[in-house]
Amino acid sequence: MNVTLELNGETREVEVTPWKRLLDVLREDLRLTGTKEGCGEGECGACTVILDGEAVNSCLVAIGQCHGRQLTTVEGLAHGEVLHAVQRALVACGGAQCGICTPGIAMCASHVVDRGLLAGADDVTARAKVRELLAGNICRCTGYQLIVDAIIVAAREVTR
Amino acid sequence: MTTYLRPRDLDEGLHARAEHADWTVLAGGTDLLVNANHRAAPVGMIDLWRLADLCFVRVEKTSVAIGAGTTWTEVERHPAIRAKLAPLALAAREIGALQIQARGTLGGNVGTSSPVGDSLPALLALDAELEVASVRGHRRVPYREWCTGYRTTHLAADELIIAAHVPVPDATTRTSWRKVGTRRAQSISKVMGAAAITLDGDVVVSARVALGAIANRPIRITAVEDAVRGQRLGVAGDAARAALRGAIQPIDDVRSTATYRREVAENLVARFFSVS
Repeated sequence: MNVTLELNGETREVEVTPWKRLLDVLREDLRLTGTKEGCGEGECGACTVILDGEAVNSCLVAIGQCHGRQLTTVEGLAHGEVLHAVQRALVACGGAQCGICTPGIAMCASHVVDRGLLAGADDVTARAKVRELLAGNICRCTGYQLIVDAIIVAAREVTR
Repeated sequence: MTTYLRPRDLDEGLHARAEHADWTVLAGGTDLLVNANHRAAPVGMIDLWRLADLCFVRVEKTSVAIGAGTTWTEVERHPAIRAKLAPLALAAREIGALQIQARGTLGGNVGTSSPVGDSLPALLALDAELEVASVRGHRRVPYREWCTGYRTTHLAADELIIAAHVPVPDATTRTSWRKVGTRRAQSISKVMGAAAITLDGDVVVSARVALGAIANRPIRITAVEDAVRGQRLGVAGDAARAALRGAIQPIDDVRSTATYRREVAENLVARFFSVS
């Protein structure tokens, strides 16, 4: 099947079997290896991408379903040399350890920040909300504290 | 290679379903794509994701119609569902996490019919009715009759799930939903349940109580429903606990022992009938 999609702002075409997982097409066919595989069961969030404006697990999407859709992967998060607010905050706060969960966390967090899902929340509520919204992204280095800090910083920067 | 079809409308979908009983029907794929790279690819797939005819929430006079393609994110955010059908909105919020809620659909949960499907006890407690269709026409099935066994339902091979029609509980009915798992998000439920309790003051007039993850399918607990009728809240909780004891044979598996499930289920049901 010929699948045409808008990937990181560019039209891309790929010839694949429609049942192939979006995650595998990204990594194997399109050589975009920023998106990681953790569990392959939709539990860990390492493969999170933005599909038609929603944060989704790319291990649970069949590539056929992506025909004609808009997709952003971690490679498309920065604009040239300018990092997304979430990426800058993760760097500034040290919100990463081994790094395997980081692309997924950056994608999910960018969705939370870009969609204004923390808008109007005071600091305590915002922290609780981040923990709920990021509950589908597992960091096995257990470094959540600094990740949460970073998302709060990014959300503040974007609303300012 | 798998044949891929994305129907333009319901009619095309129903015709495809009638012609290709062996094709996989999917929407968000949150269940069917699990470990897809280690499993055989289907002959064909009918992709109902975002099919406009299935994506709606209609607030009607005495009920709310929720299209099968509605995602859990949409269910959780819908003001009428939050206000009138609280157990369903609460279940939606605890299904997987944000990424799963964005893709998982009501029709998928009902079609997969897993004993741990989080929305299913809510549909039982709210006494929902399912609308299904085929090229032969539309029909409705009370949800309490839908599940026939472990992951089996009354859906015929040529049918698609269209919507759930959920009656809005009246002002004298209080509803609850509660899930117990190893953590709030992602974890598969050990026990979850929902209740709709109609009260006259603090006396139970009637109740619907449903549990998930304790049998091969989501079930109504009629022994509890009978035991609490005419009882005051509080006392009804004790009656519910006692009635539940003989009524269920919880499963013993890798996630929990039967003993643990039984105790949690009793606590959960008793709490539904506690003085608020």
